[in-house]
Amino acid sequence: MLTGLTIHELAARFRSGAATPSQAAREYLDRVAALDPKVKAYLMVTAEAALAQAAEADARFAAKAPRGLLDGIPVALKDVFCTRGVETTCGSKILKGFRPPYDATVVSRLRAAGAVLLGKLNMDEFAMGSSTENSAFFTTRNPWDLARVPGGSSGGSAAAVAADLAAGTLGTDTGGSIRQPAAFCGTVGMKPTYGRVSRYGLIAFASSLDQVGPFGKDVADAALLLQTVAGHDPMDSTSADIPVPDYALALRQDVKGLRVGIPDEYFIDGLDPEVEAAVRTAIETLRGLGAKTESVSLPHTEYGLAAYYVIAPAEASSNLARYDGVKYGLRERGARDLIDMYSRTRGAGFGAEVKRRVMLGTYALSAGYYDAYYGQAQKVRTLVLRDFQQAFERVDVIVAPTTPGVAFKMGEREDPLQMYLNDVFTIPVNLAGLPGLSMPAGFTQTGLPIGLQIIGQAFAEATILRVAKAYEVATPWRERKPPLEAHS
Amino acid sequence: MSAERRPGETGYEVVIGLEVHAQLRTRTKMFCGCSTAFGAAPNSQTCPVCQGMPGTLPVINRRAVEFGIKTALAINCTVNADNRFARKHYYYPDMPKNYQISQYEEPLAEHGYLDIEAAGETRRIGIQRLHLEEDVGKLVHEGTLETALSSQVDFNRAGVPLMEIVSKPDLRSPEEAAAYLKALRAIVVYLDVCDGNMEEGSLRCDANISLRRPGATDYGTKVEIKNMNSFKNVQHALEYEITRQARALDTGERIVQETRLWDPDRAHTVSMRSKEFAHDYRYFPEPDLPPLNVMPAWIDEVRATLPELPAARRQRFVASYGLSPYDAGVATSSRALADYFEAAAQGSANPKTVANWVLNEILRIVPADDEKAIAACPIKPANLKELILLIENGTTSGRMAKEIFEKMLTSGESPGAIVAREGLAQIADVDQLILVVDTVLSTHAKVVEDYKAGKKAALGFLVGQVMRSTSGRASPAVVNKLLIEKLPKV
Repeated sequence: MLTGLTIHELAARFRSGAATPSQAAREYLDRVAALDPKVKAYLMVTAEAALAQAAEADARFAAKAPRGLLDGIPVALKDVFCTRGVETTCGSKILKGFRPPYDATVVSRLRAAGAVLLGKLNMDEFAMGSSTENSAFFTTRNPWDLARVPGGSSGGSAAAVAADLAAGTLGTDTGGSIRQPAAFCGTVGMKPTYGRVSRYGLIAFASSLDQVGPFGKDVADAALLLQTVAGHDPMDSTSADIPVPDYALALRQDVKGLRVGIPDEYFIDGLDPEVEAAVRTAIETLRGLGAKTESVSLPHTEYGLAAYYVIAPAEASSNLARYDGVKYGLRERGARDLIDMYSRTRGAGFGAEVKRRVMLGTYALSAGYYDAYYGQAQKVRTLVLRDFQQAFERVDVIVAPTTPGVAFKMGEREDPLQMYLNDVFTIPVNLAGLPGLSMPAGFTQTGLPIGLQIIGQAFAEATILRVAKAYEVATPWRERKPPLEAHS
Repeated sequence: MSAERRPGETGYEVVIGLEVHAQLRTRTKMFCGCSTAFGAAPNSQTCPVCQGMPGTLPVINRRAVEFGIKTALAINCTVNADNRFARKHYYYPDMPKNYQISQYEEPLAEHGYLDIEAAGETRRIGIQRLHLEEDVGKLVHEGTLETALSSQVDFNRAGVPLMEIVSKPDLRSPEEAAAYLKALRAIVVYLDVCDGNMEEGSLRCDANISLRRPGATDYGTKVEIKNMNSFKNVQHALEYEITRQARALDTGERIVQETRLWDPDRAHTVSMRSKEFAHDYRYFPEPDLPPLNVMPAWIDEVRATLPELPAARRQRFVASYGLSPYDAGVATSSRALADYFEAAAQGSANPKTVANWVLNEILRIVPADDEKAIAACPIKPANLKELILLIENGTTSGRMAKEIFEKMLTSGESPGAIVAREGLAQIADVDQLILVVDTVLSTHAKVVEDYKAGKKAALGFLVGQVMRSTSGRASPAVVNKLLIEKLPKV
């Protein structure tokens, strides 16, 4: 089955002529048709367009002129990315029917690399959430246990990769939205440095925190996807004009002598003992591979969550102001006047969590409150960054749990604050703008994946990937697949 | 408007500050590559960025920043090395994102001044700040706003670069406000950063105005006035507002801090919205744009491109051409007029004569601050220069020159061509004129006798007869001379 292969394995088959992109696309589409009704990763499957793209890739291989490793590879996109002519909802009713007239930069880059786009993946509305339960349409299921959530907000992207419903996917991470679902679904997910990947065409949640990143079945796949989408984009003034190194090269280096930091503040009360045990074992594995470990302190970690829940909603309240029924997406009828049109449209179009954050953010930016909330949160942000900078004077990477616990049951976390706590280990990385990766580090007794987080210095994705690859090779976790077929 | 009392006589001191918005003449918009050309079909000059589509991001137009720096230097501002864009929030359908990208705490430039001439004295008006922002679109209603069944929005203007220049509350009368606005307009037009057209909205002005007792140190409650799209409107609206506020204060009323719209047809201001229920714009730094660093080298580079500004040019016109300060002021009131004058005066022995022609005759045809009209004036500077030369070398008389001027105005031809075609050249040739003089003397023997008998006025009649015989082309000076020579000998 081609769907069980990694991108690199599939690319090798294309090259040897053992398989064609069309065969791969058809197998993936068939599998999506068979299994996605259970997993519910996809909001939309663009089968016809995918097969057309695959046929074009077939022709390139037949002509012995493929574009690269990603040519003909079936991938899928979180519905946060604008896709030309293809409905892009961001998981929200307010964008139902919105067909962007342009592709996000990352989408253009995937297309240019020859990737076959299978469709759009489910997410928490406007990327606000940790479970996809905030999707306006439905909740995606965790492939390892369909009663559990896949994490969020890029839950569809993580579940699709875990369930072999796409060879690789893209998601976005604002406070953990790639790493947390990657941990919950047992895939590799990476949030690059802020500015590493263009945000143009990514529907904004919190502009100073949002970052695009890949999900892969293994580290090499994630690295390849990152390689394809990373790099400066003149359309995004916050994208960094810094050369992108060859990540494949980094994967071949070992970790001997590499300094690994263990942050005291990430091993706290409330950390699931099974998660702690797995992460500590992973640290021992790294040590066994020749890395040097030492403990580091990130003293402002505990304030990160609070600062994040001021900054992100503040920016969101501004970014989401444009959804007013005037230009695109939903417009509620029967309004008496302009203000009534706004209220009805936004009242009907936004879900509860989005409304909560818009209200929080509007309040935080209000005259008389700005300094106490937004201004103060920015100061905390600086302190969080300084913590990391000081730690990175002594170590090359920091290793920690991705989340305090494993995938929880649908409907289990009704209190928003409980939900927010999911991101306590991932949020500081966004506040500091640093790269972070989550990868499988074992399973609980009940068979749920546990995530290991590797955090690096700004633009040091290569170092993270190098550690991740070394760990992956030394452990058996990536061989396990969710027991989906058994359920069918 | 007709106030019973003149604004200056209210017994209050008037305090005015102006906020001027100037549309920058960049080829493309502030944050995207769309054209800024005026008058295209609705929404034809838009893209996902200036339509505020989800996922789009702004990119700063460096040319607009350069225009801002240029203006800042011309009005003596300090350009901030670190400046930032900020989002200003309010909901209105002409604004695609429901926030405007503007500048707030860290504007492009601050702390400048502009010297103006008002009531015969020079006053230095402080400039608080200069910042850049994007323009909004336009709502198009079917019929009037009140009766329209639907409204459409045209985003062609959305994202056009705007420069906002805020004065300190240093203006003390509507005349000063108008003088300040004129001076500022002249500068942006001189710099070629704005076309200065108030009617088309390329240059817009809002005013803050309050009254206080003379000697008071605190400001009174201010009222903001909008919708004044000409110099005259600015002055009239402020005069009206002074009277309105003075009356209110006289009767012990409290001035409400609010925004009022000037209605030029009814010549009054009407309340638009009360600031006490004003918008909270919720400014915060634009996260989609990194801070804009303006390096000293960039400022120097821009400084090197600054043209001569109105004040300097005015002084030069006095010093080099000998114009009176007043004439020099009028001649430099727009770059186009000053350029016109200099082109016509180039190489002239009598630049003051040229100035007289420009200020009296040319300004009869075109307004001094209308660049387009001056550029389109049918009498080109070279032609005016030629006409003045024709008078000076005696080819034509001053009287005939006026006639030639009118013909130039209708045909756009050179004076030389008109003179040649219509035979308007003056006859100063003695041999040619002696024949005419002899004929006149022989046919008017009686008049000659009268002259000889002492009736000197008879000379005038004879001159007239010579002029008549030459269709007015004879040089009066030569004719006089010939007659005085000949008469005693007849």
